[in-house]
Amino acid sequence: MEYLIGIQGPDFVLVAADNVAASSIIQMKHDYDKMFKLSEKILLLCVGEAGDTVQFAEYIQKNVQLYKMRNGYELSPAAAANFTRKNLADYLRSRTPYHVNLLLAGYDEADGPGLYYMDYLSALAKAPFAAHGYGAFLTLSILDRYYRPEMHRGGERFILNLPSFNVRLIDREGIHDLEKLTLASFL
Amino acid sequence: MPICKDIVVLGVEKKSVAKLQEERTVRKICALDEHVCMAFAGLTADARIVINRARVECQSHRLTVEDPVTVEYITRYIATLKQRYTQSNGRRPFGISALIVGFDYDGTPRLYQTDPSGTYHAWKANAIGRSAKTVREFLEKNYTDEAIAGDNEAIKLAIKALLEVVQSGGKNIELAVIRRNQPLKSKEIETLVAEIEKEKEEEAEKKKQKKST
Repeated sequence: MEYLIGIQGPDFVLVAADNVAASSIIQMKHDYDKMFKLSEKILLLCVGEAGDTVQFAEYIQKNVQLYKMRNGYELSPAAAANFTRKNLADYLRSRTPYHVNLLLAGYDEADGPGLYYMDYLSALAKAPFAAHGYGAFLTLSILDRYYRPEMHRGGERFILNLPSFNVRLIDREGIHDLEKLTLASFL
Repeated sequence: MPICKDIVVLGVEKKSVAKLQEERTVRKICALDEHVCMAFAGLTADARIVINRARVECQSHRLTVEDPVTVEYITRYIATLKQRYTQSNGRRPFGISALIVGFDYDGTPRLYQTDPSGTYHAWKANAIGRSAKTVREFLEKNYTDEAIAGDNEAIKLAIKALLEVVQSGGKNIELAVIRRNQPLKSKEIETLVAEIEKEKEEEAEKKKQKKST
């Protein structure tokens, strides 16, 4: 099952997504990137119905870019999150709803790091940590117990049995690719 | 207005603004996408509409085709839009000529001109607007391979061309440069204008000396 996680630190947001693209029992890709770069400092992680994910995420991505072209500056993460939510909500009660679960992570010059949780019913919540998927049941309980807002960058760990993850970090300088985590890196 | 191998230079004459007016709100050079930009001459309000449609089309193209627009494609789109307004009920044509510049995906620089009729042509160097003829003649005479050999030379050529017709010199010229794979940048022209003035003086000195010998 697809998995997303995000953790907000004092001056960064760390996000990770699994790399599997599966169709029922067949694993079609094991190097699939579920993160969409909305702007220099905003990432959208998207899982859910096949096709809906890419369609919706790319639509949001291009609209965020259009805003930048029209206005000369980029949308803030909060604005981007609310824009995404409004779009998802509008489609929800149409004949063609998008079945996608999202995490939006970004760094704002003025407000600092921000992580936004959004589910397929278009519920939006800004949270210090969030996750989607079956793995969320496990990791959220751990994060509930052990999360501290002043966590420094070395303190994150994973316990899931998915083959590999893409990990990225957003901070003042932008989006950084961290090492791709595989089972081997924990042994 | 001129293209050289690695950059395209766009120069516009800034209308002198009233003392109380904020200078920034009158911009004749706009980015349509990260690799394409446009300068226009004519009715600013009409230009706003065209630019907005072009910007949406740039993103729409990226969404459906997963590739950035080519300069020719977006020029064709703008030209088609303009032509439609020359043949529709109850609408008047857009009152602008546009110079659309940028780099294609394969790295070639391009310059296109459109006018209110909806025609478009590719150019190596061009000018539109007030005294366009004078500027174009200057460019025809001075657009040589050496003149565009390097980035700075091309920029100087654009400035020299504008200085022919701009009243008060460097203060009223706005310059923008697109480099391959880099977004649009506004250029500081004070130093360059000073250089050009110096070169002109040196030329004049040399001519005088030739005459006297």
